Amino acid sequence: MSSAVKSYGVWILAAILLLILPYIFPAGASITTMCLIGIMVIFALSYNMLLGQTGMLSFGHAVYYGLAAFVTSHMINWAAKSGVPLPLPLIPVFGAAAGLFFGIVFGSVSTKRGGTAFAMISLGLAELVYSSSLILRSFFGGEEGISADRTKLIRLFGYNFGPQIQVYYLIAFWTLLCVILMYAITRTPLGRMCNAVRENPERVEFVGYNPQFVRFIAFSLAGLFAGVAGSLAAINIELAQASFVGAAQSGAVLLAAYIGGVAFFVGPVLGAILVTLLSIKLSDFSEIWVLYFGIFFITIILFAPYGLSGLLMMHAQFWRGPFGSKITRLGKLFGAYVVALIPALVMIFGAILLIEMIHHVAQKGAEGANMHFLRRNYLTVNTHTVLPWVGGVIAMIGGFFAFRFTWPTVANAWHNALVDAQRSGK
Amino acid sequence: MNSAIELKNLEKSFGKTAIIRGVSLDVKAGERHAVIGPNGAGKSTLFNLISGRFLPSSGSVLLHGENITGLRPFEINRRGLSRSFQVTNIFPRLSVWENVRCAVLWSKGYKYSFWRNIDKLEDVRARTQEILELIGMTNRAEIPAGVLTYAEQRALEIGITIAGGANIILLDEPTAGMSRGEAENAVALIRKVSEGRTLIIIEHDMGVVFNLADRISVLVYGQIIATDEPAKIKANQKVQEAYLGTAGHD
Repeated sequence: MSSAVKSYGVWILAAILLLILPYIFPAGASITTMCLIGIMVIFALSYNMLLGQTGMLSFGHAVYYGLAAFVTSHMINWAAKSGVPLPLPLIPVFGAAAGLFFGIVFGSVSTKRGGTAFAMISLGLAELVYSSSLILRSFFGGEEGISADRTKLIRLFGYNFGPQIQVYYLIAFWTLLCVILMYAITRTPLGRMCNAVRENPERVEFVGYNPQFVRFIAFSLAGLFAGVAGSLAAINIELAQASFVGAAQSGAVLLAAYIGGVAFFVGPVLGAILVTLLSIKLSDFSEIWVLYFGIFFITIILFAPYGLSGLLMMHAQFWRGPFGSKITRLGKLFGAYVVALIPALVMIFGAILLIEMIHHVAQKGAEGANMHFLRRNYLTVNTHTVLPWVGGVIAMIGGFFAFRFTWPTVANAWHNALVDAQRSGK
Repeated sequence: MNSAIELKNLEKSFGKTAIIRGVSLDVKAGERHAVIGPNGAGKSTLFNLISGRFLPSSGSVLLHGENITGLRPFEINRRGLSRSFQVTNIFPRLSVWENVRCAVLWSKGYKYSFWRNIDKLEDVRARTQEILELIGMTNRAEIPAGVLTYAEQRALEIGITIAGGANIILLDEPTAGMSRGEAENAVALIRKVSEGRTLIIIEHDMGVVFNLADRISVLVYGQIIATDEPAKIKANQKVQEAYLGTAGHD
C-alpha cells in the first residue's frame, strides 16, 4: 500500500490539482492560460526527450507539433463533414499518429548523426517544412491556415466542447496522460540507453546497442508527444496555421525546456509554465517584452545553467534532519536571499526605467514627453527632464554595487546551511 | 582447440601511413593472450580493428570461424566480443550502477524496450549486483562514475566490459597509470573475470604480462614478430633485439 502511494501518489495529486484548478482560477483568461500551459508542458517534455534525455539539440521540433496540428484540423473537418462518429477527445490520437509518422520519416534521416550535424539537419528540415507550408496551400491553407469547428463533432456524454472549460478538461486529461507516459519511458531500458547515448555514444556501441537506433526511437517518440501537443493546440484555438511549424515555435520550446532545466524530468514542466505566463503577462507591461525575455534567458544560461529545476534541486541538500531544523535552516538562507534581492530589484528597476525611456524617446516621441512606466498610471515620468534619467542610472549602478555588497552574506549563509545540514545528516 | 579469434593478413593504413602491416594471429578459445610491443607499434589499432571500431584496409577478422570484418561494433559485441579502452571510456554523469546496468541490458534480451520498468527486471538487477561485487564497488553504486578515483574508473571500465557476459574479452592496458598495489588488485580481478573465457590483453607491465598470459604476441612496427609461450618469448633472440633490449622493463 505504502509503495503504491509512493509510486502513484504524485500522479493522483496532480490529477486532483488539475481537477480543482478551474475552481481556484475561474476567470476566463485564467482557463485560457492554463490550456496553453498544458499544451506547452507536453511539448516541452517531448522536446526534453531529445535534449535532456538523449543529448540531441533540435532546432525544428515544431515541425511535428505543427504538422500534427494541421492533420488535426483536417481530421475534425473530415469527421464533421462525413458524419463519422469521432468524438473530440479522441482526436489527439490522430495528432499522435501524425507526429509519430513524421518523426519516423524525418528521424530516419536526421538521427544518423548526433551532435552538431543533427542540430543542423533539424534546422534544415524545419526550413523545408516551413517553406512547404507556404507552397502546399491545400494542406496548409496558406496564410489563413486551416480552421476547424470543434463543436461539429459527435457529442460525448452531451459535451460539445464549445465552452473553454470543457476544452480545459480535455487538455488536462491528455497532459496528465502524456506526462505519465513520458516519465515512465525514462525508466525503461530504452530510457536509460538514451541517457547512455547522451553521455557517451561511442561506448554504447561496445555494449551491444546501436546509438543511431536509440536516437531514432527517441526521436520518433518525441515526435509522437509533440504531435499530441500540436493536436491540442489546434483544438484549443480551432485553427492550425503556418507559424505552428515555424522557427519561433521551435525556439519557444527550446527556451521553455532550457529555462526549466533539462537535467531533471520536472524542469521542462516548470519552464513551460513560466514561459507561457511570461509571454502572456509581459506584453501587458511593455511593448518590448521580448527584449526582457531575452535578457532573462541569457541570465539563466549564464548563472543557472541547470535552469529553475537545477536551482531548486541545489536546495534539496538542505532538506535534512528534523522538520524544525529544516525550516530554520532554509529560513536563514532565504533571509539572506531577501537581503540580496532588494538591491537587485533596485538595479533591475533602474535598468528597465532606462530601457523604457530610450524606447519611448526613440519610438514614441510623437506621443509627448510623458511616459507611463510599464503602462501603469502610478508612475509617470517626463522623459524630457534630467531627473528620471539620472535616477535610472543611479538606481542601476547603485543597485548593482549594493547587490555585489550582499554576495558575501549569501555565500556565508549558504556555507552555514551546508555545514548545518551535514551535521544533522549524521 | 578451436580458434576464438583469427586474424588473416590484416592491414590498416591511415592515408599513406601503414600502421598494421599484415598481421595474422590465431587466439585459441579459453587462452589468455597478451599483446606487447613498443609505443606506436599498433597494439591499440589492432584492438580497434578486431572490435569493429576501425575498418581494416585489407585482410579479415574471424570470430569463432565467422567472418566479422566490416561489422559494426555493436554487431560484434552481440556475437560475444567485448573490449575495454586504454583511455577510460565510461558514462561519466550516470551512476556506477547505471553504468554497469547499461552494459547488462542487451545480453538479457531487453533491447530497445520502452514498455518495461527497468527497476523491475530482476535478472538485470541480479547481474548488475554480481558485477559490482566482482569489481568491489557495491558501496559506490550510487556515485556518478565521473567522480570516482582513477583506479576505480579503471575497475568500472573492466566491469562494463565483462557485464554482458562476452566470452571473448579484449583489455587495452587495464593497469596503465596505476600504483603497484592498485595494479595487483586489477590483475587479480582480470584473472578472476577471464576464468573460462578468452582474454586478449595489451599491457606494458612485463610483470603482469608474464604472470598472466598463456601466450604472448610481440607486435613491432605493425607486424607480429613472434607468438609463443612466455618463457620462449623471453628467450627469443628477435624479441630481445627488437623490443625487450631497446625498450627495457617499463
